Order: sequence, then C-alpha cells, then structure tokens
Amino acid sequence: MTDKKNKSKWVLALYFIIPFITVILVKYIIGINKDSYQPLMVGNKGHDSEKVEVAGNKILKLPDTVDFIFHVKPILSDRCYLCHGPDEKTREAGLRFDTKEGAFAALGKHLDRYAIVTGDVKSSMLVSKINSTDPETVMPPKNSNLSLTDYEKQILAKWIEQGAVWKDHWSFISPQKKSLPKVSNPKWVRNEIDYFILNRLDQEGLIPSEKAKKEKLIRKVYFDLTGLPPTPSDIDNFINDTNANAYEKVVDKLLASPAYGERMASSWLDVARYADTHGYQDDLERVMWPWRDWVINAFNRNLPYDQFIKWQLAGDLIPNATLDQVLATGFNRNHKITQEGGVIDEEYRVEYVMDRANTTSKAIIGLTMECARCHDHKYDPISQKEYYSFYSFFNKLEEKGRIEYNEIPKPNIKITPKEVHEALPFINLPDSINEVEVMVMKDEAQNRKTYVLKRGQYDAPQEEVFPSTPKVVLPFSDSFPKNRLGLADWFFSEKNTLTARVEVNRMWQHIFGVGIVSTSSDFGSQGALPSHPELLDWLAVTFREEGWDMKKMYKRMVMSSTYQQTSKVTPELLEADPGNVFLARSSRNKLSAEMIRDNALAVSGLLNNKIGGPSVKPYQPPGLWEETTSGQGLTKYIQDTGENSHRRSLYTFWKRTVPPPSMMTFDAPTRDLCEVKRQKTSTPLQALVMLNDPQLIEAAEYLAKNTLKAEGLSDEDRIKSIFRKITSRFPDETETKELMKYLENAENNFETSKKNYIKSKVTSKVEYAYTALTSLIFNLDEAIIKG
Amino acid sequence: MEEISKHFLNNNRRHFLKKMGLGIGGLAAASLLDPFSSLATENTAINPSALNLPHFAPKAKRVIYLFQSGGPSQLELFDYKPLLNKMRGQDLPESVRNGQRLTGMTSGQDKFPLVGSNFKFDQYGESRAWVSNLMPYTAKVVDELCFIKSMNTEAINHDPAITFFQTGSQQAGRPSMGSWMSYGLGSLNENLPTFTVLLSRGTGRPFSQPLYSRLWGNGFLSSLHQGVQFRSGKDPVLYLKDPDGMSRNDRRQMLDYINKLNEKQEAEFGDPEINSRIAQYEMAYRMQTSVPDTMNIEDEPEHIIQMYGMDSLVPGTYAANCLLARRMVERDVRFVQLYHMGWDQHFNLPSQIEKQAKDIDQATAALIMDLKQRGLLEDTLVVWGGEFGRTNYSQGVLTDTDYGRDHHPKCFTMFMAGGGVKPGFTYGETDDFGYNIVKDPVHVHDLQATIMHLMGIDHTKFTYKHQGRRFRLTDVSGHVVNDLIT
Repeated sequence: MTDKKNKSKWVLALYFIIPFITVILVKYIIGINKDSYQPLMVGNKGHDSEKVEVAGNKILKLPDTVDFIFHVKPILSDRCYLCHGPDEKTREAGLRFDTKEGAFAALGKHLDRYAIVTGDVKSSMLVSKINSTDPETVMPPKNSNLSLTDYEKQILAKWIEQGAVWKDHWSFISPQKKSLPKVSNPKWVRNEIDYFILNRLDQEGLIPSEKAKKEKLIRKVYFDLTGLPPTPSDIDNFINDTNANAYEKVVDKLLASPAYGERMASSWLDVARYADTHGYQDDLERVMWPWRDWVINAFNRNLPYDQFIKWQLAGDLIPNATLDQVLATGFNRNHKITQEGGVIDEEYRVEYVMDRANTTSKAIIGLTMECARCHDHKYDPISQKEYYSFYSFFNKLEEKGRIEYNEIPKPNIKITPKEVHEALPFINLPDSINEVEVMVMKDEAQNRKTYVLKRGQYDAPQEEVFPSTPKVVLPFSDSFPKNRLGLADWFFSEKNTLTARVEVNRMWQHIFGVGIVSTSSDFGSQGALPSHPELLDWLAVTFREEGWDMKKMYKRMVMSSTYQQTSKVTPELLEADPGNVFLARSSRNKLSAEMIRDNALAVSGLLNNKIGGPSVKPYQPPGLWEETTSGQGLTKYIQDTGENSHRRSLYTFWKRTVPPPSMMTFDAPTRDLCEVKRQKTSTPLQALVMLNDPQLIEAAEYLAKNTLKAEGLSDEDRIKSIFRKITSRFPDETETKELMKYLENAENNFETSKKNYIKSKVTSKVEYAYTALTSLIFNLDEAIIKG
Repeated sequence: MEEISKHFLNNNRRHFLKKMGLGIGGLAAASLLDPFSSLATENTAINPSALNLPHFAPKAKRVIYLFQSGGPSQLELFDYKPLLNKMRGQDLPESVRNGQRLTGMTSGQDKFPLVGSNFKFDQYGESRAWVSNLMPYTAKVVDELCFIKSMNTEAINHDPAITFFQTGSQQAGRPSMGSWMSYGLGSLNENLPTFTVLLSRGTGRPFSQPLYSRLWGNGFLSSLHQGVQFRSGKDPVLYLKDPDGMSRNDRRQMLDYINKLNEKQEAEFGDPEINSRIAQYEMAYRMQTSVPDTMNIEDEPEHIIQMYGMDSLVPGTYAANCLLARRMVERDVRFVQLYHMGWDQHFNLPSQIEKQAKDIDQATAALIMDLKQRGLLEDTLVVWGGEFGRTNYSQGVLTDTDYGRDHHPKCFTMFMAGGGVKPGFTYGETDDFGYNIVKDPVHVHDLQATIMHLMGIDHTKFTYKHQGRRFRLTDVSGHVVNDLIT
C-alpha cells in the first residue's frame, strides 16, 4: 500500500473515530450504560483508588481489592473462554480458565511455566501474553477480533498480584440468607428490601429520594400489579384515606383483583412463546387459549411458584393427575409446528424437542443451554452430552414433525362443557363452541432413545444419553424419577442454586423495570452480575421458605420504601447513577404494548373486562394478512365487532408470522421463541401509533364525547377531568392554560378542516376540538409512563 | 473520506448540536438518535472496538435486494443446459444425484425424469451471458450484471430457506440483513426509515408461498432497526395518516403543544428519555410528509414510466415497487428489501414462469439502467435472487409441453449489479446436468459476507452480543468472494 493511501486511510479513520469517541466519552461520563452494569465497586468505596485510567471508552478506577467474580471472571469469560473454556474440542494449548485446576495447572510440557502464578505477576504467562507487543503471540490473538483494554489487563495483573483468589461462579453457589445489613437511616426502612438497598446507597454516598406523591404512587402500583390505571375515584379514595395502612389496603385490593392474573399472565405468555397459530410457513390456527386461561387462573388463585412450574412441566405425570394439571402442560406445546409440504418429519420433531429444552432452561434456571446444542457450551460448564441428557426429558412424545392442514397435533385433550363444568371452571368456553382440543404433554414414546446429535443435526446421532441435568447446577441424583416429574423436583430441590434466584429476579424486573441481574435470561458466565447480590439471595431463600408465594413476594416489593420513591431525578443523581442501578429513586418505567392500549380503553370507558375465552381480533390496519398469505389458512383478518373489539390486549389474536403491528412497534416479542425480557425502545413509529392508531382515536373520541355530555362543566373542568383520567393527576395552572389555548386553536382549525373527523362521527367543532385535545393528552410522555 | 465525515455529520450534527443546548440529559437523548444509538448495550460497554464501522471504505452505500420468493428456476432463466433437452425423459443418473436428500414432495417419486427448458437460450452483450427468451429486457442489460451460477444453500424448504437468506439462520429469531445494516451503518437521511420493505404478488402462481414479517424483523437488535413496510394505498406506512379531517396545521400545533408540555415534564423529572421522545415525534412528523412524497410518482416523466412498463402505474406491482425502490435510494434509504412472490413452480412450470418472468423482467432491467443514468448505480448494490433453485428433473408427470420442478438447494443462479461488483461477469459453473456445482461454489453465507464487504463491513468483526454470545449475520462461516468485486 502506498503512503498516500495509508495516510488517507488514517485521516479517514480519524474523521470517523474522533467524533465517535467524543460521543462515547460523554456517554460514559453521563453513563448511558443501562444494559451492561457490572458493579465495579464491590467492597470498595472508590475514593481512595490508586489509578485513574482512560481505557477505550471507559474511565475507570482500579478497585483496591480485585474480586474474582466481579472483576476477573467477566473478562476471562468474554475474552478467553472461546479457546480456553469449557469446550474441549476448541481448547487451545490444553489451557482452560473456567476451572481452578485448569487455570493454575502447568502449561503443557513446560512444567515450570504457568499461566497464573499466585502473587507473581512477572512469572505469570497470562500477564506476559496479554501485554505482548508481538502480534504473533499476543493474547487474545488478533484473528479472534477480541482484545483487552489497558484497564482489563491491569485488573488481571492486580488480581494475580493480590494472590489470585479463585471463586466459583456466583450463581452455582447456594444462596445464603445473610442478616440484614446496617443502615444509616432506619426510619426510612419499611421492610427487608430497604435494608439492602439503603446499605448500598450508604456505601455509594447516595441518599434515597422522597416518597412519590400519592397520585403517582397509586398509578404505578396499579399498572405494576394489574396492568390497568386507577380510576379518579380510586385515586380520591387513596388520597383521602389518611390511615397508616391506606397504601397497603390498595395493594391488597389489587393483588386480589382478577386483573392481577391478567397482568402477570401477559408476561408469562412471552416466556411461554404463546400464540394462536403454528408459526411456520402457512401459519395455521391452533387452539391454546384454554391454557392461557389456566395461566390467568393460576396467578389469581396464587398457585405457589413450585406448583405453577411443576404442573406446567409435568402435570400429566403427577399421580392421579387432574385435568387442571394436565392442561397446564400446554406450556411446552406452545412451540411452533410446521405444516410445510416436503419437510423432513424428524428434522422438525427434533426442533420442537429442542425448543422445549431451551425454553425450560431459560425460563426456570436462566441458562442458555441451547448454546450446547452443537458443541460443548463455550462459556458455561455445560457439555453437549449434558444438553442432550436434558433434552431427553422432552423427547418422549408421540408427535409429528409435520402436521397436515387442519390437523390438531397430538397429544391433546378434549375440552367440552362437561369438562369445564366438572374440572375447569375458569375456562371461558363460549356457548357457540362445543369442544376444543388443546395440545398437552404425554410420554407415549417410551422406547424412543435419545442420542447426542453431532453438530445438532437430527440425522447425526452419536452416543446414547439418558435423562439428566447439568452437574454444575446440581447432579441429578437417583432419588429423582427419570422423567419430567423428576426434573420438576430437581428444579425445586433445596440444593438447586438457580430456580429461586431466577424467579425472584424476574419478579423484581416486573416491578422495578430491570432485574437485580439485568440479564434475566442469563445467569451464566456471560450474564451480568447482580447489582445487589445479598438482596437477591435474601429474596430467593425467603421465597422458598415462604412456600413460593408469589403474591406475598410482590407485596413485599411494592410495600418497600425503595418502590415508593419518586421518579424525579436531580442532575447530580442522574450523573452519579444514570441507569438507576442503586435505586436512589424510582425509574420512570414505560407502559408495555398491552398497557398502552388497555390504558386508553380503560380511561375512555370502552374496556370490556371479560376474562379469558378465545382470542379476539380488534382493529388492525386492513390488508396485512392478505398481503403475505399463500391463500391457505388464515388468509384474511376479520375484525371483531362489538364487545370483543375492546378486550384487554393479552387476548388479541396472535398470528406469529404477522403479529399485531402496533404491539410489535411497542417492543412486544414475536413469540417465535421464549423471551423473558422485552426491549425498551423509543422510535418514530411509536409516535405514529400514538398519534394515529384508530383505536386510540376512538378512545379519545369516546372520552371526549362523554366528558362533553356531563352538565355544568366549564372547559377548564373538562380539561382537568380528561387530563386526570389519562395521567392520574390534575394538570397544574400552566398546563391547563396551554391546553385551553390548544382547545381554542383546534376549534378554529375545525373550520378549515374537512369536517368529517373520524368518519363523520364528530359533528361539531366542539367535539372535534375535544377529541383532538384528548388525543394530545394521550400523546404526552406522562401518559405512557407508569409513575 | 468526505463522504464518511458527511455521513457522520448528517446523522449527528443536527441533533447533537441542538441538544447541546439542553444540557447533559439532552445530549444523552441526542445520542439515542444517532446511528450508534445501539451502542448503549451490553456490547460495546465490554468491547468498545466492536463497532468501528465501516471497517474500510465501502463500495456501496445502499442496497436494493430484489428477493424472488419461491425459488425461481435457474434452468429456465439463466443456467443453459442443452444436455437436459437431449436427455429429456431419461432418469437422473444416481451418480449425479449422489445421495442428495429430497423434499417430501418428490421423495416418493420412483423416477426422476430429466427435463430441459422449454424456452430458448441465447448469448447477449459483450459479456456473452446466457439468458433465456423469458427475460428479453434483462438480456439487454447483461453487461451491467454480475451473475453467480453457483449459489448453494443447505435448506430445502421455503420457510427455513428464505429465513436463512435473510437472517443467516434457518430458524427464526435473528435479525434480517437490512436490520444488521441499519444497526451497523445507521441512516443516511433524516426523513425516512433506514430499512424499508416492499411486497408484490406474482401473476404466475399468485397464491403459492406466504411471507412472514419476521423476515424483515429486527430479531434481538433494537426495534429501531426493524424493516418498515411501505404499502400501496392510502396509508403507505402503518399509522402514518392523520385522522380524517385533521389538517396539517392542526397536527403541527398539536405537536408543538405536546413538545411544550413534555419539555415541562423533562424540567420537572429530569428524565433524558423525554427529549428522545420529543425528537421521535418530530421524525414522525417529517415522515408524514416524506413518505407520501416518496410514494407519489406523479412527477415521474412519461419516458420513465415507459421504461419500467405500464405496470409501474399500478400500485403494489413489482414494477411499481422497483420504481419506488429507485425513489427511496434517491432519498438515501440505506436498505430497500423487495419481495416478489410466486416463483414456486412445482407443476405447470412453463406457463407459470412465463408470467412470473414477465412480472419482473422489464422493471428489473429498467431499475438498473435508471440507477445508472442517475449515477446511483455505482454506490447502490442491486441483488436479484430467490431462496433456492429447482431440480433438473420433473416433479409430477412430464408431458410434451408440461413439467414441474421441485426445490433444489445444490445450485442456482443469482445476479448482482452496481455497488462495486464486476459488470458483465459470470462466476461459478454447474455440471452439464445443472445439478451440481463444478466450479467456485458460493454459499448463502458467502453471499452475505460479500454484500457486507461491499458495504464496508468485515462480516467476522461485525457482531452483536446477545445472551452471552456474539452473533453475526454469517453465523460462524462465510467467505468474501473477492472475484466478484471490482
């Protein structure tokens, strides 16, 4: 390459890199780093660190005491395990850093050379390799596209210097319930959660925020526990109730309301990849909604979490199983099924078994077991053999890989009014339907053997395997039956280190927006570390001790002072903790896709509160199904009219290949696969939905017209009423004034418009102006924030 | 150099500077709008060097991907195999098939009668490329095209095969190629989405294979990067249109009040997200003008309409979509993904493919030449092809005039044009039976790697960390086919 070219390449790179780094640096300083928080200050107040480093995009202080789990392991896992990790087949130089023995062993034949020599940085090959200036020998090697920052190199060196203390991965060690930590301000504390949170804030030199205003608090807790907003009278009652237990009364009422089960089910449907169609190719309809109704009911009757999972995994295997318990196993039949002509049956059958194994492990123990489908796991100590041993639990169904059109896949159960009457009273079977067949689990193929599949391919069986679980979590002892029921027992064994942690973490995510472990789907080596490890463990052990009582745990969370803080943030606090990891305030969490629509329906008075039953088809833009169909199956979306057009959004018909578009715009997953955490984005398409979705316009119009009907109200009264319904608070003087001004403008604008606003249903300029005003308020940021 | 710095400024300066005035919180929000927005994820926090994109100077800035859904028959269009005409009706020798797995649709056949094309082939242009008489317009532009005769895939059924082409994996769940580009390279414009999608239904077999919206889905990337479907009709982008009767003036005023009240919220709560939302509303407002403007072809002169064919006046046709694709890249949309359905000719192939070819031939050629005359072809990559090819033997009964072909993954033809690929060039070769590749195979991952390379991306370095693993569009394989590149 010529010099000139070289030079221009440099200049070119600089043009790109300089502004980029500037953005990154500023970002770091203000710390937009929500997804990746790793507590770097454990056991260290951070004020007396020896060095300040500018490393890449980070300005970090080296901790006084380097902790293996919090500082070292994340680097080793992310940058070294690919070649020096659990997967034997790709292991280089016989060196592994995922076990203590491996990390401290002599290097190959060189019995005098070691990667790590305790306390001796100079003799440790690891240190010389990562600091090597020779591109041929530096680690990680150039062609891996991985590298270490100066900061990370110094962490590794300092850890060795300090004695290279090894610890096992935190999530594979049993949670311990430690005594509650000391706090600076015991008065602030309302329950155990607050001790842990405040103790950490004390360490960080932060103080909790004031309590949220009552109207904000009640709004937040309504959405968090029921997914619906409070009515103005709910708010008034709460504000006027000066008893000390006023808030607790609200919480108890919400936990007892049927909407609680709907709200919790709505999240579980993501985990269970629930849908109303089979998902592949022509994407035919299936009937799984009775299972969905089971879920709602299970939450509402507060079925303990261990039973909740056990029934879903193995209800059919429980001795003298009830129909209720068998229906629950529909959980693992929610995976996709193909009808595409010409596919190879076994290829897809294997795919379904894998889906069950992957979903079960991700949902219940937070491990990405699917990474061991084709080879040993690259990061976590899970071998390919262990993967297929786990897979074998789900490999006993007499099922087809490819189904015919209109075939109801087996195994299934028949539900008629008789079953509903006798055993499944919570199922909302309409009079018009005589029977439905719902897929369930049943181990009929007892003779089918399971093999390790080479590179995960259905037609490459190798060694035979038998039902078992990853040893690193907990060996599958002989005391467990070798079937799904045994697996369920294994999950809830007292020695299982993950199950309770994963679930309390997900519950925390529901309530606080982000889990204590922010990667709620991954508790392995590559996952985030807990921001409050001792709190997580305390909650996990308590959850088990209390008999896996979900409502009790949710109540504890929302009753804490931590939860009840305001979401106002000062610039200082924003700078100190931009991601709100330490919880010195509430996060301003956004409504979910379902909540946004449900809120509009509820506040306008359109919402139909009916629970359960077949999925419904509310408005969606016309033509979407027609455009992509092959002419088979669900070719046309026929919109429901009447009450079914205003049901809660968790009942909206889910066609996997063309999911409801406005829900997709607001970050709902496609339901192709198990999903435990939704994205949080802000996009222009969301603005378009909020401004123009006919469902939201209809709600605005309905609310506007009803408000106009009430007699003796001034414009100001009406604005206040609408504003409060939508945001749960009264507008202040400035806001009222601005909205009055807009109202006047809108009335004037009506004169120039086509006068057929919303298909001529709005007949006067006053109706037009109020509808537009209501739509405006629906579009305020506050209208899609919980509290 | 100039282009890259302009690229940066286009995307950032406006918001960046505007938000500077709003203080630190505002700045954070501004960064949410830039193409690097997704940096605030688990990825770069750990490895900041992960996304220094482009990795090198790109040859193409934009892509138009003309996906021919269903699996067009290479043997009727581009891959000339006279031997099959000579051996018509004879059984496919086992030595040629060599154990290749069959779809369930022909695995039950006891005979595999070879069948040559019913259509006449000829060589065209200075490049002497073979094209059948189904594609007379394409034949005229072969000197602009770069044919790959040796495409191959692993999937033999539609759903996994098309998912494989679009996402690099046969099973759903990963981001589409356009989403990757949007995530990695960002937007080139301020008024339109980065990644757009256009659908049309073929007339050869109008109802054959469905499409799935996950094909243009963002997978595990931010939904900021999902493909935005542009549809024919009143509401070209979902929810774009203001409610009936609302004037633009009123909409503008409403937005001004929304912004004013939101800014007040921001002052009280200090949440930088609010500023981001204000900016998203402004983008939405601009889209309300820029999208209809893009869709409105009234200003296209008569000769352009003639060039694309009269179908281009019929919204929702392939020809109309080609014209729109040109209007989109003119407005600097980064990735335009078209799908034309109906190429699944299991039976009645001759009559069906004639119509399919007619749907697309003229407009495809016109698009390429139109881009060229506007100087856009040099940095716009056009890709044409389906998810697999078709068998050299007949599915079902072979008669004197009629036959069908099953799916064939082992070889098929695609072509590219512009954007740094060699014009008038043919790469790869199949055997005389048109069944196996004999020279220079190009796997799906190789094609993806090459497209990324043309866009300035090293496909092995461009990763997104999700659930602990670094994912790539090309999964764990793929090689750039340097021979295709100028």
